[in-house]
Amino acid sequence: MPKRTVIPFGPHHPVLPEPIHLDLVLEDEKVVEAIPNIGFIHRGLELLCEKKPFQDMVLVAERICGICSLVHGIGFVNGVEKIMNLQVPERAELLRVFWSEMSRIHSHLLWLGLAADAIGFESLFMHSWRVRELVLDIFEETTGGRVIFDAIKVGGVKKNISKETLGRILKQLDKIEEEYKQIADVFVNDFTIAHRWSGVGVLTKEQAELLGAVGPCARASGINFDVRMIKYGGYDKISMEPIVETAGDCYARALVRVREVYQSLDQVRQAISKMPEGGEVEVKVTGFPTGEYFSRVEQPRGEVIYYVKGNGTKFLDRFRVRTPTFANVGPLVQMLAGCDLADVPAIVLAIDPCISCTER
Amino acid sequence: MSDILKMCKTVVSSLRKKTFCQMYPFQPAKFHTHTRGHIKLDAAKCILCTLCAKRCPTGALEVDRVKGYWQINRYKCIMCIECVHACPVKPVKALTTEQQYAPPMAKMENERFDVEIKKPAAAPKVAAADAP
Repeated sequence: MPKRTVIPFGPHHPVLPEPIHLDLVLEDEKVVEAIPNIGFIHRGLELLCEKKPFQDMVLVAERICGICSLVHGIGFVNGVEKIMNLQVPERAELLRVFWSEMSRIHSHLLWLGLAADAIGFESLFMHSWRVRELVLDIFEETTGGRVIFDAIKVGGVKKNISKETLGRILKQLDKIEEEYKQIADVFVNDFTIAHRWSGVGVLTKEQAELLGAVGPCARASGINFDVRMIKYGGYDKISMEPIVETAGDCYARALVRVREVYQSLDQVRQAISKMPEGGEVEVKVTGFPTGEYFSRVEQPRGEVIYYVKGNGTKFLDRFRVRTPTFANVGPLVQMLAGCDLADVPAIVLAIDPCISCTER
Repeated sequence: MSDILKMCKTVVSSLRKKTFCQMYPFQPAKFHTHTRGHIKLDAAKCILCTLCAKRCPTGALEVDRVKGYWQINRYKCIMCIECVHACPVKPVKALTTEQQYAPPMAKMENERFDVEIKKPAAAPKVAAADAP
């Protein structure tokens, strides 16, 4: 039997600026086992629900993650609104869909750039982020923030978008799509990228189902599921079809994200066209939440579950978040077993890990 | 061969274009109507109701009704403008947000505004305003 070596991967490592830690057990150059260790940046955000009124908890929920902050906010308010039986106006729901799909475009472009950077494709990284900048400009114009948007509140949205701005955004979306097509072409057709990722970190459909993979990671393994299919929030007015690949390797995960950007662009256009003109964007909130609810929302990284329990006071009893990266750690360990040491960064990056989300 | 030259078209076309990035300190930044920026107080309008300090998520604001001052720690302020939303002064709020970020600071100090103490009757009912 060859000699076994343990190499610590992280918390400081070359893939991400986030502190994931894996103990890699190696036999020569092959990884036999990977032991994850999380908890470096636990901030105790869930306990804050005992100190902040439930309306202010939206601000805390939005700060769980820096990339999909708005979708976290939507997950929280969905739970509270269901407990309190609030009917959110249609325009507010579609504005939420608009912003969350824009978040997906921005998150996927960020990931595509980082992934290109991780395999040494610097120019593709720069160009992906250049396109992402156009999306961030739309966010800044409509919400006032580029990363933390602060646009969601219990009972609706804080900001409305005028008709002229929406017209301008539609034109801008055409520009984004045109620029994005060139980048997507490189991801889909370039030889170097396919050569680097094909067959690396394979997760079969059975394994993905068994280990509970979520989001693009599950869809790349052939699981036809997307939480947007349960039609939460304003998604009942939007038609969509989940994007599925069957190969289950890193390249399939990249292709799912590449195609999801087109899907999101289509959904943003649908949301804008179906938005009723004028009308309120928020309802008045009276009373306090009593009861509990599990809210499920599709983040760019996968399914996030919010558990909210109110006790009839302005403070919540319990607030619990199950983030997509946490669900994907199990599949990640499965993918790492048997791979080469040099493939570890590519595989870790392919699940799009967000450690700040995971540890909250 | 053409498989590994997919990026060339984009690279060549961007060579002909101007720099995409905005050279920020030399060019002024663009601000929009929704931009959340520097918090500004109109001390003449402030009624020292302390609602802004209660809503502040980071505890950057301190309001003293006895000594009559309103102060902000710019290092703690995250510009969420919850205080601006909470300000009850009508028709024009005492707290506003400028469409400009705070100027750079070299010293860690609180910015203090002296506010004239008005009659207690002018203060709003805090309990009623706090309820959702």
